[in-house]
Amino acid sequence: MRLRGRSYMAFALAPEPPVAEWLAELDDWLRTSAGFFAGRPVVLDLAAVTLTSSAVSHLVSELAARGIRIMGIEGTDAEKLGPGLPPLMQGGRQTPVEAIEARSRPGGAPAGTLDREPTSLLLQSPVRSGQSVFFPNGDVVIVGSVGSGAEVVAGGSIHVYGTLRGRAMAGTLGNRQARIFCHRMEAELLAIDGYYLTADNMDAHHRAGPVQAWLDGEALMIAGLD
Amino acid sequence: MGKVIVVTSGKGGVGKTTSTAALGAALARTGQNVAVVDFDVGLRNLDLIMGAERRVVFDLINVVQGVAKLPQALIRDKRIETLYLLPASQTRDKDALTEDGVARVIAELRQRFDWVICDSPAGIERGATLAMRYADEAVIVANPEVSSVRDSDRIIGLLDSKTTKAERGERMAKHLLITRFDPARAARGEMLGIEDVLEILSIPLIGIIPESEEVLRASNIGAPITVCGRDSAPARAYNDAARRIAGETLDMIVPGEKKGFFNRLFGRRAA
Repeated sequence: MRLRGRSYMAFALAPEPPVAEWLAELDDWLRTSAGFFAGRPVVLDLAAVTLTSSAVSHLVSELAARGIRIMGIEGTDAEKLGPGLPPLMQGGRQTPVEAIEARSRPGGAPAGTLDREPTSLLLQSPVRSGQSVFFPNGDVVIVGSVGSGAEVVAGGSIHVYGTLRGRAMAGTLGNRQARIFCHRMEAELLAIDGYYLTADNMDAHHRAGPVQAWLDGEALMIAGLD
Repeated sequence: MGKVIVVTSGKGGVGKTTSTAALGAALARTGQNVAVVDFDVGLRNLDLIMGAERRVVFDLINVVQGVAKLPQALIRDKRIETLYLLPASQTRDKDALTEDGVARVIAELRQRFDWVICDSPAGIERGATLAMRYADEAVIVANPEVSSVRDSDRIIGLLDSKTTKAERGERMAKHLLITRFDPARAARGEMLGIEDVLEILSIPLIGIIPESEEVLRASNIGAPITVCGRDSAPARAYNDAARRIAGETLDMIVPGEKKGFFNRLFGRRAA
């Protein structure tokens, strides 16, 4: 089984209080552009409103009744989203709407323009247990350690100038050349372009000293750097 | 204007309440005004450790909800006159705490006291995040064993994201307090060593509190260890830690192995 990453563009609907009025405005807009949202991925941004769990369910079904299928929800707590509701999304970025018009692109390749965006992320403090670093645009460099129970997900390579104790997933958008480097390898899971290895399957010899990991065919190779 | 310190850990049962009482008493003994606040709504313990459980009339929830004023809820310690306790409610739960209410109470405590020490509940949910939200500094309590250390790492991550200080972009000062340290077990490799814990958590160490029966005795009597077991090893370690929080630089004493009478006599270490 492979773990793959995908990057998509979606519309974001951001209701404002009072929600009933916002829905009425949406109805007016849909009257002039019927079927606009049909078949398009839509994310619901709840940052501007405070809704209970049942109110969120109600809103999602109200939107479904108008032909709008919500594929994810952002701007609220995971506790409010019970089973049956779309999942919580994080790390959404603003994008000009025109980029979505090119719908003829085959699924799988990331849509949208990403030039003039930073291609590497530098973190200068340790990544703590439970924290998640997600950077699809390129390499992630961490000057410090990555704690057990933390995860780093990068479109490019991952460089840890410290001890890697959590999970590192590099090359997540199909970049097979990505590598994972660290000063000390105590990782729980390594993955490059979806091919992963858990700590149980890593050679114990590789756990002390600086180490790099790369992809050779479908096998994740790990070797000491000294 | 006082300083607000949250004593937190993630893991339960590592010594947050014991440490809050011990540090609070040690700081108050120097003459400064200290308030210790119990944030563990529904499972309160700080009142027991402070020996005040029979004098609780109003609590933190009453003050948050405006039912009582802060001076009505504060309980003065019988032994140290500049030490006060704001107990938690036992009949309610953490949902009764509101962010605005806690902000108001902390602001008022800051006006009246030099040190406000908040005893956080275990976990990472609302009770713990509210206890840390308005703090200036944090004392992270950890036992030298793997689950406690990982949970403390998690809590350190939350201190850097769920506090008003973090939201303003400021760094919160964090201090590590290692509790229940047993040097014999560490030497046998049954517990993590001090260096291992520091390497994983990477925050400055303010104290190493040795495992001791004195601590249980003190809590059953209803007094902070720095009050009723003053000459014991944990009390001395807590006093040093309190001085470090107050800004002094002291050499760190690593608790050594206990030497039995016969070992001292014959100069041999126990097998």
